[in-house]
Amino acid sequence: MGYSLSYGRMNEILKELQQNYRVYAPRRWAGRGRYSDTDLIRYGEIAAVEEVVHDEKSDFSPKEIIFPITQPLFYFTEDEYRESRVDDQGLLIFARPCDINGIRRLDTMFLKNGDSEDSYYRRLRDKARFVLMECGTGWDTCFCVSMGSNRTSDYSLAVRFLPDHLLVEVRDEAFKRYFSQEREVEFTPEFVTSNPRTVRLPEIDSSGLLRKVYDLEMWKEYNSRCQSCGACTAACITCSCFTTSDLIYNENARVGERRRVWASCLHEDFTAMAGGLGFRATPGERLRFRTLHKVYDYKARFKEEQMCVGCGRCDDRCPEFISFATIINRLSDEVERLKKEASQEVAGQ
Amino acid sequence: MSTNILLPRPHRILAINQETEHEYTFRVESGAAAKHGQFYQLSLPKIGEAPISVSAMGDGWLEFTIRKVGKLTSEVFRLRPGDRLFMRGPYGKPFPIDDFKHGDLVVIAGGTGVAPVRSTLRYFYEHPEEIKEVYFLAGFRDEGSILFRADLERFKARFHTIYTLDRDRVDGFETGLVTRHLGRIPFSTLTRYHVIIVGPPVMMHHTALKCLEYGVPEEKIWVSFERRMSCAVGKCGHCKINETYVCLEGPVFNYTKAKELWD
Ligand SMILES: Cc1cc2nc3c(=O)[nH]c(=O)nc-3n(C[C@H](O)[C@H](O)[C@H](O)COP(=O)(O)OP(=O)(O)OC[C@H]3O[C@@H](n4cnc5c(N)ncnc54)[C@H](O)[C@@H]3O)c2cc1C
Ligand code: SF4
Ligand code: SF4
Ligand code: FES
Repeated sequence: MGYSLSYGRMNEILKELQQNYRVYAPRRWAGRGRYSDTDLIRYGEIAAVEEVVHDEKSDFSPKEIIFPITQPLFYFTEDEYRESRVDDQGLLIFARPCDINGIRRLDTMFLKNGDSEDSYYRRLRDKARFVLMECGTGWDTCFCVSMGSNRTSDYSLAVRFLPDHLLVEVRDEAFKRYFSQEREVEFTPEFVTSNPRTVRLPEIDSSGLLRKVYDLEMWKEYNSRCQSCGACTAACITCSCFTTSDLIYNENARVGERRRVWASCLHEDFTAMAGGLGFRATPGERLRFRTLHKVYDYKARFKEEQMCVGCGRCDDRCPEFISFATIINRLSDEVERLKKEASQEVAGQ
Repeated sequence: MSTNILLPRPHRILAINQETEHEYTFRVESGAAAKHGQFYQLSLPKIGEAPISVSAMGDGWLEFTIRKVGKLTSEVFRLRPGDRLFMRGPYGKPFPIDDFKHGDLVVIAGGTGVAPVRSTLRYFYEHPEEIKEVYFLAGFRDEGSILFRADLERFKARFHTIYTLDRDRVDGFETGLVTRHLGRIPFSTLTRYHVIIVGPPVMMHHTALKCLEYGVPEEKIWVSFERRMSCAVGKCGHCKINETYVCLEGPVFNYTKAKELWD
């Protein structure tokens, strides 16, 4: 069912929704962008629909709403572990198809990997509902179509922003009542069907080939370029790694917390252990690890889909202009070359 | 709501045994049914958490042999019997003890790598009818790093033991790395057997290659990996190698799998 409504009416509905939901959308943080005079677009709570930045791609994904950058797990008073709590306010999130598909990858990691669910993720995820934002023509670093993540039906509402009014599709029965007074129209959202950028995924079909991929010279080129800053993984909707640590609020008071914080496999200390032991010592090896996680390992493990959804944010954020789409295509070229060499070797024998 | 898998429970420390200057064994009250080769996340509130292998188990207790290296382990060293240690677990894939039964078993361990194999050795020491011959080759850096002296002594009675120190010359110990003494294990005469190799990564690598040279089939070799871990339940990503999570599919791996875990 679709509706046409003014921004004013939508804001009234927003007020009603806010009785039950915290509403998050990409918002503009003026002058806080990567370069002077640029703005930062990231997620925050909104009070009015006009605040939603719908005609630009956000610099950061909505993952921080359900997988916070820093999340308290336990509070300590003396020697007791007290589990951190959340209120029962729902979460209504304006999101693009790639991000909604990306959150399904987070679901896989937090809810399906291993024998048990992560209850901290579960308790926020269960409260989340999505308002799909149409992408129009998309942006120059997107490659969602190549990753098959340009479409989704996992949303409660979908919205098209027009200059003087909005079109809204209500997919989820629970939201129908908010729109009962609005004018019905035909509206279903449109999805991007091609991107300026396409990637070809590597087809690695044997462990022998995978070994050769590990040894490729191309990774070494990134040793001098990649700064191991982790900006790419922080921006990524599908990066789910974290590090847990304890802290004391105040040396004298015996109170503190155990918290988890986003971690990056690009950081040198990601695998650091006692005795100076560590793995993947060079930026190139770590970039290889990230690349294969996104376009090989995850799929090898969970079968149905690749981890990367092609949002292109890692490309947008990298201070060294390292393009992940380019890495994937280079890797595919190398894999093709290796396969050709192997078949020539067989033929030559 | 799903249960909180990250919530540790308090356990009372029953006894503490100083093994070396930097390694203590903590006996902790627990009725849990841990398996040989598994580990726990040990923690103290306001200090932190770390994965530690079960080094022995008995009726109502588990033992952990801890090397003092950082935040948590240093603080644990200040605890006394009667104090509480927080734990969650057991985690990880254990050694396939049932497959070892009624065959021969070769255990090659280096340094702190002896801790994760100790409970397996103790099991077969106490159940000699369940195993044929046990060959136990253990290496330590020097006299000051010898662990489990009492067990090493006991094991001599039922196992074929070779104990060696990297450099020091001490009575009852050979000298040199474990790889130097591998030739004394009669691999060519063994038929139904398994080989466990646990120690620092370089040691495991070279020992496994040497075993292969002696004709040990890959599928008879078992290793145990150590990786940085932050969750032990397949969520934090720190322990991942290829598409494998060491905390879930490991730390014990068959060599056929381990040889394809590339960093
Ligand atoms: C499956 C498994 C079983 C284990 N079994 C045992 C066991 O039986 N006994 C035992 O003693 N240990 C065992 N360990 C190792 C133990 O978990 C680690 O030594 C652990 O780090 C100790 O915790 P800690 O808080 O004391 O040390 P931490 O404070 O974490 O520090 C340990 C060292 O790690 C390095 N390090 C940690 N974080 C960083 C960082 N961010 N950057 C750079 N360097 C860093 C430092 O060099 C530091 O000295 C096991 C590990 C695994 C994975
Ligand atoms: S790897 Fe890059 S393009 Fe892929 S989902 Fe993550 S940020 Fe987006
Ligand atoms: S690829 Fe770019 S963003 Fe990612 S760690 Fe390297 S320099 Fe930073
Ligand atoms: S230790 Fe966290 S995923 Fe394995």
